[in-house]
Amino acid sequence: MKEIVLDAKVENLPQLLSIIDEELEKAECSMKGQMQIDVAVEEIFVNVASYAYEDKSGSCTIEVDTDPANSYVTITFIDEGIPYNPLAKEDPDVTLSAEEREIGGLGIFIVKKSMDKTSYERKDGKNIFSMGYSWA
Amino acid sequence: MTINKVANGKDLIISLAGRLDTTTAPQLDDELKGSLAGVEKLEFDFSKLEYISSAGLRVLLSAQKVMNKQGSMVIKNVSEEINEIFEVTGFVDILTIE
Repeated sequence: MKEIVLDAKVENLPQLLSIIDEELEKAECSMKGQMQIDVAVEEIFVNVASYAYEDKSGSCTIEVDTDPANSYVTITFIDEGIPYNPLAKEDPDVTLSAEEREIGGLGIFIVKKSMDKTSYERKDGKNIFSMGYSWA
Repeated sequence: MTINKVANGKDLIISLAGRLDTTTAPQLDDELKGSLAGVEKLEFDFSKLEYISSAGLRVLLSAQKVMNKQGSMVIKNVSEEINEIFEVTGFVDILTIE
């Protein structure tokens, strides 16, 4: 398992994605899988960077656990910010027209739809968000 | 991400290359804000676009809203991976993808 600890700042996103892509390539994850995972990682990390610590700074720990034999990866995000369960957010109505659509709430919806498994828990003052993806 | 614009009268073609994500989407947003006035036909060429996240989708949605009022917008050469994101989010029904 690879553990990455970064300041929860949007400008660290490219660095995070390149480390994750490297892990996924080592595990021979498909290109489609890499893109779906990158999109999901971006949504979650940007959420943490934007909201978890409000005006203060803090860190985010990302654990990348690849299982090449089963073509599976689990990625876990841990922060010590304010309690926030992204999964509790209501899904946007994806059947509305452009005029009726709101410009937000899409990110977590994409995560839920594209990942095979998502979970959240609040434990010991930490937000722990985990997602699993199979490229088999 | 690189943005390449070709304007021809009321037509504007914007080709994107690279990644349209949280860090680059504001660049496209600014570019569009400064160039959509008077445009009646907006075309995006995504043949060299490798990646799109929800931040990119937001910019496309606001461009679509502007173009619904003043003309039309099409997106061409969308990769399978990006199209999948459009499908999951219902953007296939909002955008005109050719």
